[in-house]
Amino acid sequence: MLPFSFEWAWDAGHLLFFGGMWYTIAILGAGLTYCVGKTILDTMAGKGPHH
Amino acid sequence: MDSALIPKGAKRCPFPVFALGIAVVGVVLLWGVYAMGLCWFKGLNQTNMDDYYGFALWIWADLAVIAIGGGAFFTGLLRYVFGIDELKNIINLAVVIGFICYSSALLILAIDVGQPLRSWFIFWHANVHSMLTEVAFCLSLYFSVLTIEFVPLILENRKLDKVPFFHNLGHNMHGVMAVFAATGAFLSCFHQGSLGGVAGVMYGRPFAFREGLLVWPWTFFLFTWSAAAYGPCFTLCVLKMFEKITKKKLVKDNVVHLLAKISGWMITTYIIAKIIDTVYWATVTAPSQGQTFMDFYSNNPFYGVWILVLEIVVCGIVPAVILTTQKFRENRKLLLVAIILGTFGVCLNRWVMVLQVMAAPVMTFDTWAMYIPSWQEVATTILPVAYGVILIALAYRYLPVFPQELELNADQQD
Repeated sequence: MLPFSFEWAWDAGHLLFFGGMWYTIAILGAGLTYCVGKTILDTMAGKGPHH
Repeated sequence: MDSALIPKGAKRCPFPVFALGIAVVGVVLLWGVYAMGLCWFKGLNQTNMDDYYGFALWIWADLAVIAIGGGAFFTGLLRYVFGIDELKNIINLAVVIGFICYSSALLILAIDVGQPLRSWFIFWHANVHSMLTEVAFCLSLYFSVLTIEFVPLILENRKLDKVPFFHNLGHNMHGVMAVFAATGAFLSCFHQGSLGGVAGVMYGRPFAFREGLLVWPWTFFLFTWSAAAYGPCFTLCVLKMFEKITKKKLVKDNVVHLLAKISGWMITTYIIAKIIDTVYWATVTAPSQGQTFMDFYSNNPFYGVWILVLEIVVCGIVPAVILTTQKFRENRKLLLVAIILGTFGVCLNRWVMVLQVMAAPVMTFDTWAMYIPSWQEVATTILPVAYGVILIALAYRYLPVFPQELELNADQQD
């Protein structure tokens, strides 16, 4: 799963599988971080249900 | 009692009636949980799986719920990526169904793996030559996507929406939903396909084996296509069930007809590809492996040519014709027939690709191996259905699942 686990190999299989997996996790993580960050800023700016 | 949580203006049944309904389904759920406990504590000897059936009822259920849950990724793709705006009125339902289907699939897998405490091994000690590893990766990640898509709907609950942070979070998540939906569609294409690929690469099983493109057998593409084609049929089936139970119209006809039409054309193209695949397999692939077409449909008590006719003609061509013809599609009864046949058809396809594959003899000294699931397998397969009924009932009661409900039922509002 990670390059420092003992069965890791720098081959096409590992790069494709785990490259795809980490790429997807990165997109989801970045998307959620953006949402939560913007929400904190919006809430601090006083935005809410009545805006 | 719980009126403060019910969407503003919406009419729901009294709480005691709702609680009674949940309790009845809860008994079925507990029966499944008991069987699940038996499988976990006593082991897979509680099942009727054997050396012939390493894949059995659970894997069929898994593949079937993933296929019918395909309505979520395909409707999400159409709504958020292709920008078909009318579908915003049914996307919430598709997401809830998808969430239920994928969480059910993961639950079934947790029972099937025998030692769920080691299920993380598939990530940490991944076999990067296995299509099932790809399925595990994509399934888990897509379930995360569905959770992300479900959260804004939960945050729209009347009480939660009053909290500024939750209100803003739901709003901001809606804003970037296209990114999540596109990621979900990418993941779905691969795991739906790989589930088909698992069957297609088994050259020791001539009933399933197919040629293909690079490392992907044709079943890879057929599984993805069929999930996108038939998934919306199940979404529409659930909608019709809701409308029947609540005696309300919940989504406008133009939305239903649009989704039905798209599903119809998808089924049409899929079924053409499926027929070509079947003919090529029967005349070229299977004979090249020393088998004839009738070897797979004779000398056994259950599997005959009828099952192929049922899958391709009755549950494929018939719904395709109904859903692509405007006059038929707009007839309520015919629409209902088509979406039920479509849902049944994709489940039947998965049955054939899991169970019939296992049953057909592959050695000259072999005979057909038939299989009847144990009650524990049946109970644990019904368990996700009960769970799904409870979750979707809760969602309908407390969340604005159908944006057009108030407009369509103005005379019934509280």
